[in-house]
Amino acid sequence: MSGETPENREHPVLKCDSVYKIFGAETDRMMRQSNGVIDVEAFKDAGCIFGVNNASFEVHKGEMLVVMGLSGSGKSTLLRCISRLTDTTSGNISVDGENLLAMNAKELIQVRRNKMGMVFQSFALLPHKTVLENIAFPLQMKGMSTEDSIKRAASMVELVSLSGRENYFPRQLSGGQQQRVGIARSLAVEPEIWFLDEPFSALDPLIRKEMQDEFLRLQGMLHKTILFVTHDFDEALRLADRIAIMKDGVIEQIDAPANIVLNPATDYVARFTNEVPREKVLKCADVMEKRADSSKLSELKVPGNAIIETVAEAVLNETKPVPVVDGKDKIIGVLKRKSVIHILFGENEAAPVSAS
Amino acid sequence: MIMVQSIKSSRPLQFALLAAVFFILYFSVGPSENNILWRFPDLIAGVPAMLNNSVEFLMFEWMPIESYNAEIEDYEETALLRQITRGISGALLFCIQFIREILVGGVKTIVAFTSWDFVDENEWAYWPALPWTVVTAFAVILGYALSGRWLAAFVGSALVYIAVFGQWAPAMETLSFVLIAAPLSVLLGLAFGVWAYKSQTVEAILSPLLNVAQTMPHFSYLVPVTVLFGVGDHAGAIATIIFATPPMIRLTLLGLKAISPEVIEAGMMSGCNRFQLLFRVLIPTARHNILVGVNQVIMQCLAMAVIASFIGAKGLGFNLLLALNQLRIGQALELGICIVLIALILDRLSLGWANKQIDYFADLKFIERHKYALIFIGCLFVGIVLAYAGAYIFEGGINYFYLIPHNKGITTEQFWQSGVDWMVDNWYQGLQVFNRALITNVLIPMKTAYLGMPVSATFVLVMGIGYIVGGVRSALVVGSFLLFIALTEWWDRALITAYMTTFAVIVSVIIGSIVGILCAQNALATKFILLVCDTLQTFPSFIYLIPVIMLFGVTDTSVLIAVIIYATIPATRYTVEGLRNVPQALQDAGSMSGVNRMQRLLKIELPLAFPHIMLGINQTVVFALFMVIIGAMIGTDDLGQFILKALSDKNGIGNGLMLGLCVAFIGLTVDHLILRWAADRKKALGLA
Repeated sequence: MSGETPENREHPVLKCDSVYKIFGAETDRMMRQSNGVIDVEAFKDAGCIFGVNNASFEVHKGEMLVVMGLSGSGKSTLLRCISRLTDTTSGNISVDGENLLAMNAKELIQVRRNKMGMVFQSFALLPHKTVLENIAFPLQMKGMSTEDSIKRAASMVELVSLSGRENYFPRQLSGGQQQRVGIARSLAVEPEIWFLDEPFSALDPLIRKEMQDEFLRLQGMLHKTILFVTHDFDEALRLADRIAIMKDGVIEQIDAPANIVLNPATDYVARFTNEVPREKVLKCADVMEKRADSSKLSELKVPGNAIIETVAEAVLNETKPVPVVDGKDKIIGVLKRKSVIHILFGENEAAPVSAS
Repeated sequence: MIMVQSIKSSRPLQFALLAAVFFILYFSVGPSENNILWRFPDLIAGVPAMLNNSVEFLMFEWMPIESYNAEIEDYEETALLRQITRGISGALLFCIQFIREILVGGVKTIVAFTSWDFVDENEWAYWPALPWTVVTAFAVILGYALSGRWLAAFVGSALVYIAVFGQWAPAMETLSFVLIAAPLSVLLGLAFGVWAYKSQTVEAILSPLLNVAQTMPHFSYLVPVTVLFGVGDHAGAIATIIFATPPMIRLTLLGLKAISPEVIEAGMMSGCNRFQLLFRVLIPTARHNILVGVNQVIMQCLAMAVIASFIGAKGLGFNLLLALNQLRIGQALELGICIVLIALILDRLSLGWANKQIDYFADLKFIERHKYALIFIGCLFVGIVLAYAGAYIFEGGINYFYLIPHNKGITTEQFWQSGVDWMVDNWYQGLQVFNRALITNVLIPMKTAYLGMPVSATFVLVMGIGYIVGGVRSALVVGSFLLFIALTEWWDRALITAYMTTFAVIVSVIIGSIVGILCAQNALATKFILLVCDTLQTFPSFIYLIPVIMLFGVTDTSVLIAVIIYATIPATRYTVEGLRNVPQALQDAGSMSGVNRMQRLLKIELPLAFPHIMLGINQTVVFALFMVIIGAMIGTDDLGQFILKALSDKNGIGNGLMLGLCVAFIGLTVDHLILRWAADRKKALGLA
């Protein structure tokens, strides 16, 4: 999933710098008085409410950042600030190096038409248009001819496995199918950055699992830069390259899933991670040790990105340390029985973690 | 101290206290000229004259400009406003005549582009009518396309009926006028609805205006329209547009507000600019509510068909009015049926359109995609050939395949007339006894009681209820409505209007709730009664006067009975709806507690349905008020009669508007109190 190279790191697709979204009638007055310097306590005393409180992060090309938080944590507000569906009170947001907040309406429309795609919790399909027409809608807004846009939409239908239902109306589809249309619509313009606002929250658990798999399959093909919002911690763990956990508008911790599980930064984060079965989250590369030169290795090899659960039984049957290999079959470390046992049955102490 | 506490907490006690104060005032304040507790001085009696003068100034003196008048073929000086209204009138009149001549033929469109001389010189310069067969075929195809064969059959037989009974020409005249007024109302309504949606200020300004506009009686629109736009089809169309636009604005706004914010966000993220968002996301998504609005507009247009004929709109309404004035009940009945049929046709067609789910056409062949258009072109061709053939078949006589002239079709007038005569002969005595008993024993005492009410007592009563129901704010709102009426010179007339409305509402609510409760017990009966209500509601209000005049002649009783019939519709409908909409979970809870039928009705259904029934009573009041005013046609001595007089008065605009406001404020007072109460109650019951 990670197509990260050093040069990508230097030019993040999305960069947020001290983003604030403050609600309340007094906000404007307070902002003028304070000359843009935000004193949280003073604002709160004036009756302001912080939707997003000083959020700073970057998302790199091909990376999936999942913003996780319970309702009212400000995660959707953050997403709407970044897509400029609401106005940001203070801070900087740039997309592809361009200052998003300084854009006028016309430039913003251009960015949305060409660089952004968004999927919504309640699907938000246009009820009067068919599957094909819904998918073609953003293309037509760009000015693409009906014929071309429908042709392109037809290929998107195939991508999200809805062939045969091109001419159905949204009301004739199940929730999962509607969200496939929503996904196809958001991808039709080949966006550089893909926003998903709780896309699977309105679905039944089984369908949700199926859609997550589908989503991972798509991402495996497309390598989009993604900002994904969810209230479901398991979903975040399953999908994310990195997770940002929000509470009351503040990002409590932003890190790789394994690090969040192993080293929760605050008590609040720990409340989510406590219940998480580690073997289902951690990968071999997260818990492997450096290979001691002299040690003999077992015949078995495990890939670094394999989830512990999937290899645990095999590793436990080996007496010698098991080599962990990367995609090119190069040994990058070893996995010992002891560490696996510790993960499966151990207490909450942190196991050694490799830098990711 | 304890007493104050218990009064504060108990509503029945509050009402008892209020009633006590009311009656003390009622009996202690005697009638006297100078007692301010008895009647307020008519401080704003001068306002109508001021209104007249300012309108006159605007129309004839303000900003004069030089312009060419085609009628006198010379330049003349006219006021700007007059020039504007004249322009609007001309444009509207041209459109109406254009449609009318497509439907029934004529020369005026040709005249508009040439001159009368040209038409006189050239015999061929006549626009032929579409044969009635073609118009009927078109309607049938439309009905079939929108909702299938039942609608097609209904539309077809209704139009054949109109043609065969010789009402084709006036019916098409009415239609031409609706076909202009309705689209304009829809466009205006859409525009204002969207504007109100975009701007909260506009919504805040429009909302009270809409309230007043929807409670003003139809008649009071007519006076200003005649002053500004003169008399004729265009004036009728303008009055209709003013009357039909408010519900369209309401429903557009409602539809737009109901759109899920995510759909709007999806539109924005798809890169819509403002126009794309409005026309390709917002309006299509709110389609259903907007189309219901279109349906409402069409209904209002037909309701105005008769009333607009007061100021010169031609068509069925005009003929109906004429027949009523001549007491030709049979003819009035036939015309009434035609109006009802046109109303039903347009209502069902527009509902069919609203409920139609769009189909996807792109992968069909040309013939399949355009099959209806092709069939229609075929029908057009066949119809024209038939019409020519008819000219030879019925040589010299009436060409039944082309156009059956007015009153040359079949008529059942004789039958109805003899029926009326028979009823008068046989039932007259009995009905008169009933009539006289009602008037002397109920109506006159009630009227006297209302007129004997000191103004102070009225204020205490109404503002007191306002205070109990909605606090100080409500008390002030209803108080200011009343104050306006009390300061005009028509307080006594308003009391008479109030007495007639009260009487009619009481009877309507009793009948309506009994019928409603009985019908709600059974799913089939429910469906049936709702269908009956739907159908009766499409009848223009004037229609209700016909049968009662047949039976009771021109008396107060006739008016009241018409009012009661008309106002019973909402009372019944809301009772049924309220009872049927009690949540299933509560019904089940009741069943598991072992209620019997009576207990279920009294302990579960009625209390929960009561707020909705109250909304029905609110509608009943508004309906009754409208009908009481229309009853002035038969002869009453309330506000309506004065509005009718203002119509024929050259300087009626001030009086007409002020009287209209008086009626509107009576309606709004009741409306405010009931809505406020029902909203609180629904919230308390967790139904909102």
